[in-house]
Amino acid sequence: MSVALPAQETTAAEAPAQVRPRRRWGVAALGVYTWLVIIYSIAPIAVMIAYSFNKTPRGRVVTFSWLGFTTDWYRHVFDIADLTQALVTSLEVASIATVGSVLLGTPLALALARYNFRGKGLSDLVIFVDIAAPSIVVGASLLSLFISLNWPRGLLTIIIAHIAFDVAFVTVVVRARVAELDRAIEKAAYDLGAGPWTTFSRVTLPLIWPGIVAGALLAFVLSIDDLIITTFVAGQTLTFPLWVYGAVKVGIPPQVFAMGTIVFLGGIVLTVLNALWQRRRPA
Amino acid sequence: MSDASGLGDEHQQPTIDPALLRGLTESRYSRRQLLKAAGAGALGLSFSGVLAACGAAGTSPGKGKTTGGASAVGSPEWWAKQKPGGVFQFANWPYYIDTKHGKHPSLEQFTKATGIKVNYLEVIQNNDSFYAKIQPSLSAGQPTGYDMIVMTNGWYLTELINHQWLIPLDLSLIPNFTKYASPLVKSPNYDPGNKHTVTWQSGFTGIGYDPRKTGREITSVHDLFDPKFKGHIGMMSDNTELGSVALLALGIDPATSTRSDWQKAAKLLQKQRPLVRQYYDQSYIKALENGDTWISQAWSGDIYQANNSGYPHLRFVAPKEGVMVWHDNMCIPMHAAHPRDAIEWMNFYYQPKIAAEVADWVDYVTPVPSAKPILMKEDPAVGKSPLVFPTPAMDKLAHDYYTFKNYDDFTAWNNTFNPIIQS
Amino acid sequence: MEQHVQPDHPELALPRLGLRRRLAPYLLGLPTWAYLGVFFVVPLVAVLAVALETGNPDQGYVLTWHWSELTSTISFYHVQLIRSFEYGAISTAIALVVSYPLAYWIAFHGGRHKSTLLFLVLLPFFVSFVIRTLTWEFILSDNGFVLGTLKRWHLLPQNYHVLSTSVAVIAGLTYTALPFMVLPLYVGLEQIDRRVVRAAHDLYANHLVTFARVIVPLSAGGIFAGFLLVFVTNVGDYVNAAILGGPGTTMIGNIIQTSYLTNLDYPTASALSAWLLLFLLIAVAAYAKIFGARRIQEYA
Repeated sequence: MSVALPAQETTAAEAPAQVRPRRRWGVAALGVYTWLVIIYSIAPIAVMIAYSFNKTPRGRVVTFSWLGFTTDWYRHVFDIADLTQALVTSLEVASIATVGSVLLGTPLALALARYNFRGKGLSDLVIFVDIAAPSIVVGASLLSLFISLNWPRGLLTIIIAHIAFDVAFVTVVVRARVAELDRAIEKAAYDLGAGPWTTFSRVTLPLIWPGIVAGALLAFVLSIDDLIITTFVAGQTLTFPLWVYGAVKVGIPPQVFAMGTIVFLGGIVLTVLNALWQRRRPA
Repeated sequence: MSDASGLGDEHQQPTIDPALLRGLTESRYSRRQLLKAAGAGALGLSFSGVLAACGAAGTSPGKGKTTGGASAVGSPEWWAKQKPGGVFQFANWPYYIDTKHGKHPSLEQFTKATGIKVNYLEVIQNNDSFYAKIQPSLSAGQPTGYDMIVMTNGWYLTELINHQWLIPLDLSLIPNFTKYASPLVKSPNYDPGNKHTVTWQSGFTGIGYDPRKTGREITSVHDLFDPKFKGHIGMMSDNTELGSVALLALGIDPATSTRSDWQKAAKLLQKQRPLVRQYYDQSYIKALENGDTWISQAWSGDIYQANNSGYPHLRFVAPKEGVMVWHDNMCIPMHAAHPRDAIEWMNFYYQPKIAAEVADWVDYVTPVPSAKPILMKEDPAVGKSPLVFPTPAMDKLAHDYYTFKNYDDFTAWNNTFNPIIQS
Repeated sequence: MEQHVQPDHPELALPRLGLRRRLAPYLLGLPTWAYLGVFFVVPLVAVLAVALETGNPDQGYVLTWHWSELTSTISFYHVQLIRSFEYGAISTAIALVVSYPLAYWIAFHGGRHKSTLLFLVLLPFFVSFVIRTLTWEFILSDNGFVLGTLKRWHLLPQNYHVLSTSVAVIAGLTYTALPFMVLPLYVGLEQIDRRVVRAAHDLYANHLVTFARVIVPLSAGGIFAGFLLVFVTNVGDYVNAAILGGPGTTMIGNIIQTSYLTNLDYPTASALSAWLLLFLLIAVAAYAKIFGARRIQEYA
């Protein structure tokens, strides 16, 4: 499916001279645009960070008026044991659910993208319904299931439920990647005597890796933020969104903002580390 | 989204024995058979089994056993047999108990006095979602995991009572209730004789407003329908609150209203719709604070707390047509593991000293009037507040909500008022 | 281009290769199908079947195969259904337009920092949506940062408000959709072979033409995945309408939510869910048919 091209590489020097300035301006404009979107996407977070330093009488946020600067909420960020535990639980669940849904979703994506087989249409339908079904119906159905199986609701049932909806998103994203993959590369690997596992692990996997990472990120975000389905299957376990949503009505404690800030800054640190690590590798 | 068929290599091979090919391509199991086999056999799960277990499908919901004989659950003889277990699970709404640095002094005093540990869980955010969580367990005859829950009077509490999913209380084990409880919470219309519940806190639904924006004092429910406030009026999205205030505007007592009354109220609300900014859940208070709304249906405790967090100008008023009073009630779900410990807490709570501690923090209406003198000494600001200890005038204006008799009643109310909020 | 595998013993190698090839999709898919079968399909069908049952929560339900519930709910709530598809379509289109240049820039000009930039775009979404929606409520309030400033400069009438209108709901939906659109678009764009792009330039296509006739069609897989994820989740959304919306913005997700949780009206909730799934399926199939024709296969 790929086009056979002569080996010539068009370098910048050979490109027509009058295209270059316009192209650079266009690329720069796009770069600015990208940063604008990133800022837009971060706007609510900026508000959250700002208000994590706000004086909050009675220990709960009922208003967004600025009452004074304080670092109290960072000094007492883990004071509310339930909240801290809920955050830890959410991170645990999200990590396990991400791994589980990637392990289940990637093979299915490969199967759907590459083969025609009986039941492919049904598979497509199930994945679609998994994404589209209203959370409340899915949550209620899983609760019924766990009750009829007499499984106690808690960490395990939350993880099971999260994997069940995450796997569809992972499948869709990875499948988009696999579908456009050039089969010739794999066939070349076979020709050179590689067995199926070697081909997969050393050729296919690195090629679809960006898709898998994208799917994993999506799965993580979905899991850490899920509210409705988790409400039904969590039993007495609390996750971060469950705790916060419960407290929103009467005012969330500022520790929530402080924790959100810490999570966010942790992510920034990871990003910076990743960028530095990327610097050492060839582009 | 499909790629080219993956059978490429095979098609290039010249000769295949047709019999071999047939054998290779015949499927051994159809998908459906496989699912059925896996479903029915290995996991002990069947389609009809799931249907039956789902409290809403297939069979009628299971009922608790509270009738039939002296040893029925909840009878005095049954209670006499219960022993304290030394611990109980207490599910409540967030910020509904005294809290100092993450600990709850009233609960700690309880543990010191009785030796019973309390696992306090702030897991109730809404009556409906909490009911949805516990109903399937109760229906299947399984414990909910909670020994004490707090539910507002309304359809969900009525359902719990009607299905006999709450353990009846033996009031002789709660003498402090009989001694100290306010008459407003004794034998309410939703639980005659306090057979299943005792009140934790109560609250009023009246009108909250910003006098700087409205330009005048608000005294009447009809002010919510005033075209002068167009686009800045807040109403509640809870249809019992919405319908009740409209009934009050028509001069009808909600507790005794009829279905034709409801129709009249709905017509009034339809006329009001273009003036309403939004039908809020609890976030009306934020809208009042930042000026998006000028006047709104409001809960007494919210306004009190807003006054203390930088919005002293917001006011709560009990309109002359009446206020609605609601009660959040402690009750013990069926199959609770430690009912004896839970009922012990009910009795402990109704001591004026303890009720005062909780009231000082929660700022809603405490069911123990004798707490007032204690608070006047320790925290006069709370002791004097009419929002925590209502004046007799306010009590006179208090109206109860309509108690639904059965599901059809409930559905009729919903069908009358939901279209106003949801169209 | 293609070479045959020449095994040493053709008659032995062929059946093994064929069998493995035939079985491959089933082996690959089996664990996931088993998992989804137990933990998704069966429970969901059981709950949807309630739409065909009659009864009430007090007396229980019986499967009576009454289709009347399905027809009555449609006539009751068709306004909200149509509105949900409207909001979904608008927010998906805006999200696509907003995200595409972003994904393009990261994929083509991100260089070594691709994953960093992608991560930055996604980072806000690791913080709970409750917090994000709360702060949007604050940002968009009548006299807050955005509107207050614009009103002071007299760019907006004093009575103007965004919250409690469909504008706020759609804005919220678009914001929530960003990661679901950016990620698949990025995946679709990143794997485009740069040599094809250069070939187009060699053939005297300018950048606009290259973009429109080469890059966009080649990224069609990513666009479809993004459309699927965003449109489908946005149509069924209930959070944005509940927090940022007002009278007249209720979406079908809110109706299903209240029917199930508040009204305990399980048949209505199940019937509406079934309709929602059906209409979404039709919409996605229609999209695939209309836009599927422009796939690269046509150009190959």
